[in-house]
Amino acid sequence: MGATVQASSPAVLNEPINIESPKKHAPRVMFGETLVALGHENPNIVVLDADLACSTQTAKFAKAFPNRFFNQGIAEQDLMNTAAGLATVGKIPFLSTFAMFASGKAWEPLRNTVCYSNLNVKIAPTHSGISLGEDGASHQSIEDIAITRVIPYLTVIVPSDSTETQAVIEWAAETYGPMYIRLIRPDVPVIHRKDDYVFEPYKLRVERAGTDLTIVATGETVYFALLAANRLAEQGINVEVLNALFIAPFDVEGMVASAKKTGKVLTVESHSVIGGLGGVVCETLSEHCPTPVKRLGVQAGRFGQSGKAVDLFREYGIDAQAIEEAVVAWVKG
Amino acid sequence: MAPIIPTPPVKLPATFQPSYNGTANLPNDVLHKIATQCRLDALEMIYTAESGHPGSSFSCLDILTYLYCSHLRHDAHQPTWSDRDRFVLSKGHAAPALYAILMETGYIDKALKPTLRQVHSKLQGHPASQYISGVDVSTGSLGQGLSCAVGMALGLRLDDSPARVWTVLGDGECQEGNTWEAVMSAAHHKVNNLTAIVDRNRLQIDGSTEAVKGLGNMAKKFDSFDWNVLEIDATSFDEIRSACQKADELAKTTDRPTVIIANTVKGRGVSFMENQAGWHGKAPNTSEYEAAVAELQALLK
Ligand SMILES: Cc1ncc(C[n+]2csc(CCOP(=O)(O)OP(=O)(O)O)c2C)c(N)n1
Ligand SMILES: [Mg+2]
Repeated sequence: MGATVQASSPAVLNEPINIESPKKHAPRVMFGETLVALGHENPNIVVLDADLACSTQTAKFAKAFPNRFFNQGIAEQDLMNTAAGLATVGKIPFLSTFAMFASGKAWEPLRNTVCYSNLNVKIAPTHSGISLGEDGASHQSIEDIAITRVIPYLTVIVPSDSTETQAVIEWAAETYGPMYIRLIRPDVPVIHRKDDYVFEPYKLRVERAGTDLTIVATGETVYFALLAANRLAEQGINVEVLNALFIAPFDVEGMVASAKKTGKVLTVESHSVIGGLGGVVCETLSEHCPTPVKRLGVQAGRFGQSGKAVDLFREYGIDAQAIEEAVVAWVKG
Repeated sequence: MAPIIPTPPVKLPATFQPSYNGTANLPNDVLHKIATQCRLDALEMIYTAESGHPGSSFSCLDILTYLYCSHLRHDAHQPTWSDRDRFVLSKGHAAPALYAILMETGYIDKALKPTLRQVHSKLQGHPASQYISGVDVSTGSLGQGLSCAVGMALGLRLDDSPARVWTVLGDGECQEGNTWEAVMSAAHHKVNNLTAIVDRNRLQIDGSTEAVKGLGNMAKKFDSFDWNVLEIDATSFDEIRSACQKADELAKTTDRPTVIIANTVKGRGVSFMENQAGWHGKAPNTSEYEAAVAELQALLK
C-alpha cells in the first residue's frame, strides 16, 4: 500500500505468527496510535468523538492535537453531521463512538448527510459485535454491517487484527470517500505479520488455500476460522479460509472463484446471520454461482447478552470449536 | 433507465458577471424585485413539477435574496473558492427558493426550471450537493443542517479562514433533537463565525407550531443556550440587513454563535397562500397558478 505514514508498530506485529498460541494486541489501540501518527503528517485530519474517547482510544489524538479534536458530547447525530460539515471544507474527519450508536442512532445522518453528499468522512466505531461482552445487548451491534452495507457510496471494512487495522486506517486517510470501519473492544490475536502484510483493498483475502469447503469469516472471527482450519487439517479436511476485510463493495470474483473450487461455503461473523456477511455471501452466490451456504453468527430472533467474550463466542456458536463442528458435520455428514 | 450521475457545475460564459454577490449593496426596491422574480421562478418550477413547497419557499425568499445578493461573499465563477461564505439550507424542502436564488446569482442555468423533481434532473426535490455547485451538503431530512454548519465553521476556523457560515432553519424543524445538540455544540465550541436564521413563520405541516408542539419563546431558548440572539420582522429588508450586519459585528466582538429569530410570513407574496399551513407543500392548480403569478407580477411593476 502507498501509505506515506507509518505508525510505529509494536513488536508484536512483526513476530512470526503461531495460530495455536498467538500474541495479542488491541485493534482499537492501534487505531488510536495510527490516528496520532497520521495527525502529525496531515494537518487536515480531525477527530470527533461522543464522550467515549477513552474507550475508542481517540483520546490519544485529543491529547496530541487538542485543537483538531472535537468532543461532541453524548450526541451521535450531531457527531455525524458535524463531521460532514468538516468534510465539506476539506477536512478528513475520523469519528468514533460505539458501533451501536454510530450505526444506529446516527444512521440517518450517515445515510442522508454523509453518504448522499459523498463526503470524505471516516466512521470508525469500536465495540462492535458481541465481543464487547459484559455491557450486554443494548451495546452489542449485531446489525451494523447489515444497515451500513446497503448505503450507496459507503465502503464497509472489518479489520481482523491490529496489523490490518493500521493498514486500513492509513489507507482510509489517503483514499477519498465515506467509510465505515468496524472495530472491536478486545485484544485479539495478531494473525498478520506487519513485515510481510500486503494490503489489497476491495479483495477477499485468501488466508489459507483449501479444496473441501470455504470458510468466509470477517473481523475477529477470521482467527477462529484459521484455528478451526488447523484442527480440520488434522482430520484430513482441507478448508479454504477467506477474510472478508471488505464487506462493501464485496469481492464477487473472489467469492465465486472459491465457491467454484470447494462447492460449500460457511460464513462466520460476530453479527446477525441476517444481512451481514452471511447475507452478502448468499446474495452474491445465489446470483453468480449457486452454492450451498451455512451461516454462523447470531441466529435470527436473538439479541446478544452480557458475558465474557469467550463465553459469548461459545454461546452464539462462532468460536473455533463451533466452526470445526459445523464443518465436520457438513463434510462428513 | 440511466442512473443519475453527478454532473459538472453549469459552465458559465467567460464574460458572465454574477448578477449580484456580497459586494453589491443593493437598495430595498432592487432586493424586492429580485425576491419577487425568485418567487415567480420557484412557483413556475413547482407548478410545472406539480409538486413542491411554495409556502415554505416564499417564507424564506426575502432572507435568501438579501444574503445571496447583498451579504454573502461568494462568486458563481468560483463555486469552490475556499474562503467563500457558506450557506446551508437546513430546511431543505424550500429547495425551489434556493434554486431560484442560485439561478439569479449564476450557479444554476435558468433553462433547468422545467426539470424540477423530474427524472435525471439536478433539481432534486431537496438540495443534493453532488448535482449542484454552490450546495455543499445535501439537506432534506430536517434537524441535520445546523450540525453541518457547525462542522463547516469549525473547519474554517482551523484554517484561519475569514469565511462565515450561515444557515436557515425552519421553526418546526427546531422540534428535532439534533438541532439542540448542535445548538449546544456551537456554543461549546464557541463558533462565532456561524449565524443561524430561524424562519419563524409559526406554521409546520400539521398546523401552527404552537399547536403541534409549542416552540414558545425561541429567543429565550437560544439565549439560555449561550447564543447571541437577534429578533426581527423579516418582512422588512431594513431589519434583515441590519440584523445580518449586526451578526457580522458580533462574530468579531463575541465568542458566541448568533441566531436571528426571523419572524416571517409563510407563503409571503401571494395573498391566498399567506399564513396558510395548507400551502406548505402543495402545488397550485392552473387557476391558482395564474392568480398567484398575476399578484407577483403586479409587485414587479
Ligand atoms: C426528519 C424529517 N421529518 C419530517 C420531515 C417532513 N417534513 C417536511 S417539511 C416539514 C415541516 C417543516 O416545518 P418548518 O420547519 O416550520 O418549515 P417551514 O414552515 O418553513 O416550511 C416536515 C415535517 C422531514 N423532511 N424531515
Ligand atoms: Mg415553519
